[in-house]
Amino acid sequence: MTITTNNAALSASPAKAISIQNVDLYYGSLHVLKDINLEIQPGEFFAFLGPSGCGKTTLLRLIAGFNNAQNGRVVVGGQDVLEMPPWKRDIGMVFQSYALWPHMTVARNVAFGLEERRLPRAEVEKRVAAALALVGLSHLAERRPSQLSGGQQQRVALARTIAIEPKVLLLDEPLSNLDAKMRVEVRRELRELQQRLKLTTIFVTHDQEEANTVCDRIAVFNEGSIQQVGTPMHLYEKPANLFVANFLGTANILDGKVSGNGPSRTFEVEGGGSIPVPEGVDVPAGSKLVFRPQYATIGTVEHGAVPLDGTIAHREFLGATVRYGVEVGTGTVLVDAPFHSGDALLAPGSRTVLGIKPGSVLWLAD
Amino acid sequence: MAFALTSNPIRRITARPGQVLAVTLIALFLAIFLIIPAGTVIYIAFTEKGTGALTAVNFIDFFNTDLFRRSFFNSVYVSAMSVVWATVIALPLAVLTTRFDFRGSLIIQTLGFVPLIMPPFVGAVAMQLLFGRNGTVNLLLNDWLGIRIPFMEGLNGVIFVQSLHYFPFILINLSTSLRNIDRSMEEAAQNLGSSGLRLFRRIVFPLAMPGYLAGASLVFVKVFDDLATPLLLNVKDMLAPQAYLRVTSVGLTDPMGYVISVILIAVSIFAMWLSALAMRGKDYSTTQRGGGGLARHKLSFGESVIAYGIVGLILLLVLSPHIGLLLLSFATVWSFSPLPDAVTVAHYSRVFGESSIYIKNTLIYASLAGLIDVVVGGAIAYLVLRTKIIGRRWLDWAATSALAIPGVVLGIGYLRTFYGVTLPDGTPLATLWIMVVLALAIRRLPYALRACYAALQQVSESLEEAAENLGATKQRTIRRIVLPLMTGGLLAGFVTSFSTAAVELSATLMLIQSNSDAPLAYGLYVFMQSPAGRGPGAALGVIAVVMVALCTLLSHYVIERRQKALGMAK
Repeated sequence: MTITTNNAALSASPAKAISIQNVDLYYGSLHVLKDINLEIQPGEFFAFLGPSGCGKTTLLRLIAGFNNAQNGRVVVGGQDVLEMPPWKRDIGMVFQSYALWPHMTVARNVAFGLEERRLPRAEVEKRVAAALALVGLSHLAERRPSQLSGGQQQRVALARTIAIEPKVLLLDEPLSNLDAKMRVEVRRELRELQQRLKLTTIFVTHDQEEANTVCDRIAVFNEGSIQQVGTPMHLYEKPANLFVANFLGTANILDGKVSGNGPSRTFEVEGGGSIPVPEGVDVPAGSKLVFRPQYATIGTVEHGAVPLDGTIAHREFLGATVRYGVEVGTGTVLVDAPFHSGDALLAPGSRTVLGIKPGSVLWLAD
Repeated sequence: MAFALTSNPIRRITARPGQVLAVTLIALFLAIFLIIPAGTVIYIAFTEKGTGALTAVNFIDFFNTDLFRRSFFNSVYVSAMSVVWATVIALPLAVLTTRFDFRGSLIIQTLGFVPLIMPPFVGAVAMQLLFGRNGTVNLLLNDWLGIRIPFMEGLNGVIFVQSLHYFPFILINLSTSLRNIDRSMEEAAQNLGSSGLRLFRRIVFPLAMPGYLAGASLVFVKVFDDLATPLLLNVKDMLAPQAYLRVTSVGLTDPMGYVISVILIAVSIFAMWLSALAMRGKDYSTTQRGGGGLARHKLSFGESVIAYGIVGLILLLVLSPHIGLLLLSFATVWSFSPLPDAVTVAHYSRVFGESSIYIKNTLIYASLAGLIDVVVGGAIAYLVLRTKIIGRRWLDWAATSALAIPGVVLGIGYLRTFYGVTLPDGTPLATLWIMVVLALAIRRLPYALRACYAALQQVSESLEEAAENLGATKQRTIRRIVLPLMTGGLLAGFVTSFSTAAVELSATLMLIQSNSDAPLAYGLYVFMQSPAGRGPGAALGVIAVVMVALCTLLSHYVIERRQKALGMAK
């Protein structure tokens, strides 16, 4: 294979569906995207996850062509798309508001992109029918968007985008306008559809549960930069920093500092208690102690675990578990204890002891 | 165990005495000053002169008379062509200001309103001097190219003046529609491969269509009903001038004036019905909460030059009546020359001296009309939106139906209905100046009513419920909560009524009997009849424009400050 280009990244990229390299984007003096680098594999279901204002939607719109980057490149299917206008990119996007045109029927909406591509009439009708069948809306082809429910509108928007057989499918918070029950249903359908079409898909969301359940890999965004990229399990088990640990699931964070060195290193929790640092574990400067609520025991200390004294501040009965808030040193940690029928609950205000296995805690910096 | 269910449902208090009184008073007001006069006109059109028997013979006569047939077709032709030309002017302005990063956007949006604050007939005379056979433009064209363009010949003149005057209706409605299109509508089309003119034609314009139709039908109706402009341009074979001439020259008993009135009403209703039909179920306003309107594009240098060129040309054209009027008001003699011969302020001193009565009358009439509109409109809005009293919808419909009654028709109706009613000293009721005020109030009521609805809709019902919950009665809630929060909207309603009433002529022309009762627009009309009166007439016109513009600016300022103070801005 000979590709006559002197750019290594371009020649390497056909293996990747999308390659984002050194992208910087400013709104005036506001640095919205900071040196973004990302590789997305063909057929991957990829999520941009982060709080609002973190830059995830900005990056999505940059890929679609609705924003301009000051630096960097976005390579899609081996082609740098940043200089192309949106209508030449063949990158399908489903808008958060669905953006169905109210003056056209469902069928005309779906046909639009095909007509713009000047496909023969018969071909257009065939593909419209196929796209509508794919999302199960063939019977609503002649309706107007305003006559459809939120979930149906969403499917029309999806059909309209899939009909043009885009190189990449972009979904901008596609579930945010649906009610809670629909959301669970639609996200499963989205996943199935994506698997069937083997379509490289980017899914923007602020909801970690959505990202976890649907996507192969997730990029976590905060304040315009990517914090970490990985599978949902990897991000949960091995967060790269405090932000990721906190954003995905519940994390207990205790201040303190390392004392001693070598095999006798310990982490002195601010206000009381200490935990030995296992050998080979790197504790960067300014690190805090992080563990999940279910990784500590309360009232008992198992073999190999380290005791930490505390006072119970509050408790919530959640059914399968009881979540205790325990004051340890100067901080409060949450501990989930499994609940079995007949168990007595610990009373708020009483002293207790937590058992923490040094292997299940992490030391993370900002 | 069973509960004894009472069979009596809880009785809801549906109407309070105050509300019943309000409904009765408003209903009486609308009946006496709108329904009965309009009904009288229609009734007489269908009765045989002399015998009073019901008949359609008057309409047969109408369509058998060559002059009337021609007048009818001329009116339709002029209205339709005015819509076409108004579109030609408004479309580029609307698109440029809403879709492009264009420095002049604010100026265009503001200047677009300027024509509205001057009656079209005022500009008509100035337009004769600028674009007439021996006007500035044709004299220059003749010198340079040896051609003349018949801008102002016959019906052309009416079309030219009307489209320049009324295009803002299309501009405003179309711009609003364009702005209400969510950015994602356009982006979705781009995302699917559409761009440029094709995108505009397939997505943007269809989505803005409801706004365009609303504006276009309004222009059609306004032009169709306008009396003064054709009269002043000496075009008599149109419907409204014919109605006026029949009633004033042949007399109040001639049925033709009434027949024409009915046709004017019918066409107005038909045009509005048509646009309502076309718009049914098409509320395309798609902007999302927090989302932006259409993206504005940057213009390249070349495009900028073209855009500014087009806009400059259009604005020059649009402002030409004003420029001409200004020149005329300072001119000694202006005839057969591109510009006036010399400059004088004599016209202004004359107007401020002997003719200041016109200005005083106008201020009184327009203020009173505005006040009536705000009180009646506010009351109807409250009754419709906040109570369940029977008949509230009827009040709304009745007040809104004034839209379909042209000024000339209302004037004829007042003359016919109130001429026989005399005061103890023998003067007919129809000749009192208060009749002019009432006619103006009725004509402007539909617009003021919309403003009041908008103002009341901004006040969340929970704010009132909170006041009642804390012990305020309905009346006190209205006074302490609703009215203060509605002030901005009510003021807007007042200004709309005031500024349009200040320059309204068609009803006034029918009702004014003596010069001392005449408002500014009437004085203007009288002045403009004779070549010698043009100077003072123009000066009066300039004063009217300045007066209305000042009021509008002032109210904008007050409303904006108030909204900021209440934290309601944006």
